Amino acid sequence: MSQKIKDASIPTIPVKARFSRWFGRNLLRIYMIFGFTYLFIPVAYTFVFSFNDSGKSNLIWKGFTLSNWQNPCGAPEVCNALGNSIKIGLLATIFSTILGTMIAFAIGRYKFKGRSSSNLLIFLPMATPEIVLGASLLSLFLVFKINPGFWPTVVAHVVFCISFVVVTVKARIASLDPRLEQAAMDLYANELETFRRVTLPLVAPGIAGAALLAFSLSFDDFIITNFNSGTLITFPKFVYVSAARGIPAQANVIGSAMFFLALAIVIASQLAKRKKTR
Amino acid sequence: MSFPKVRVPYLLLLPGFAFLFTFFILPIINLAQTSTQTPVAGGDTGEYEQTLAFGNYIQAFVENKEQFGRSFLYASLATIFALAIAYPLAYAIAFKSGKFKNILLVLVVAPFFTSFLLRTIAWKQILGEEGFVVPGLRSLNIIGEQTTLTSTSIAVVAGMTYNFLPFMTLPLYASLERIDPRTIEAAGDLYANGITAFRRVTVPLSLPGVVAGTLLTFIPAAGDYVNAAILGSPNTKMIGNVIESRYFKIVDYPTAAALSFTLMAAILILVTLYIRKAGTEELV
Repeated sequence: MSQKIKDASIPTIPVKARFSRWFGRNLLRIYMIFGFTYLFIPVAYTFVFSFNDSGKSNLIWKGFTLSNWQNPCGAPEVCNALGNSIKIGLLATIFSTILGTMIAFAIGRYKFKGRSSSNLLIFLPMATPEIVLGASLLSLFLVFKINPGFWPTVVAHVVFCISFVVVTVKARIASLDPRLEQAAMDLYANELETFRRVTLPLVAPGIAGAALLAFSLSFDDFIITNFNSGTLITFPKFVYVSAARGIPAQANVIGSAMFFLALAIVIASQLAKRKKTR
Repeated sequence: MSFPKVRVPYLLLLPGFAFLFTFFILPIINLAQTSTQTPVAGGDTGEYEQTLAFGNYIQAFVENKEQFGRSFLYASLATIFALAIAYPLAYAIAFKSGKFKNILLVLVVAPFFTSFLLRTIAWKQILGEEGFVVPGLRSLNIIGEQTTLTSTSIAVVAGMTYNFLPFMTLPLYASLERIDPRTIEAAGDLYANGITAFRRVTVPLSLPGVVAGTLLTFIPAAGDYVNAAILGSPNTKMIGNVIESRYFKIVDYPTAAALSFTLMAAILILVTLYIRKAGTEELV
């Protein structure tokens, strides 16, 4: 019955008008599909070409193979570069998260003289182009006759990661309900206990997020690394250097694996969050 | 705790700021010093002495004003394109995605877990002679046999737009998401149509996100040299490419330092003017 009424009402609207109405209503959705396609084209390309039976230069599709995934270290240097990137990333993450979290607590929790200039000092490294950061640090190392290499790279990464850690953790501190801490104090917890048992657990997700951000910034950095690493090869450097000769498919394997790993971590943390709020 | 409470924030700041002072402020000061040095007469390559040669700046700027202009032009274009692409995307995620909001947000960031160099090189191959785009467009007669997409300024700007897109999308999303939908409904109640409500309510309220996003895109884009190196040609060299080659190929530290310093000063001035104009100080 209702089917009939519906059918009867349709012919009164011309097809063209119906389409344009549908289009108008779904314009944003259609746009989203295009937007995400654009975002994922190079990722898909990288993933597909990780299965290419390419030999040395991974430019043209030559046939499907699993051997790159079975032997990701098959190309010379690639796993060495990956190992260096992971080591540097972990060290830079640890140092920048500790230093940045302390700064975030100072700025987010206390009113003190010099607070606004502290904010400025945190903002400046973010407003400085990477090439200037990298070049200036290299000049300093050269003055003190320190050879570029592993530790100079770690130091350089900590410099640009700190600000991002501060901003992320500060945002989390600002969103805390002050009544929770007051409640702890009302229940006779002293300042240190309140911090350890109430404040810190509440800020912890922010710190974890900041650490993840720091690691991904460090892992993916090329410009600052290029200036301060000397002959040390990191994964982005490996990709850049081998780009001229053609990148081995193993680099695509590692890039794709990093993508799926990071995606899994983010989705797992989202699910954990949802479980908690329920 | 035994120490007076006033000292707590300073103690918390101390290690981090000592670090930033040593490895951020000192290098910048040192860079300023390097920028006015000149080669030692009869010395080795790479040996310089301080002569307060401020002429280095003028010479460096005059020799490379084309690359400077290009850097700011490309970075501005990439920022505008990224804003145009990211705003509707962030808007759709914030207002139209319902329960898929978090998943879509993850998907915006997800491509950036694949190394950004790999993605840029992927673009080069997709747009290159062996990729599927150029032969496709040729067979449809949209572009001629001789036209290429790589090694052009278009490719460089497109690469930068792509690479900095999440830096634009995330702050936009954050400020759009914070808008109380009731303010938009109120505009409707006051007889504003959809477009007027968007123009007079949504856009002004999302301005902090626009400012943050454009800065986070423009600053790295202006100093970038990777996109120009991979996707461009010698005719699309940016100031970053010049600084890089002065450092590594020519070992001309003073010019590289003068160029770096000029770039940083120009960006800081632009950023300050822009923040003043946009009237948002809550960025920091």
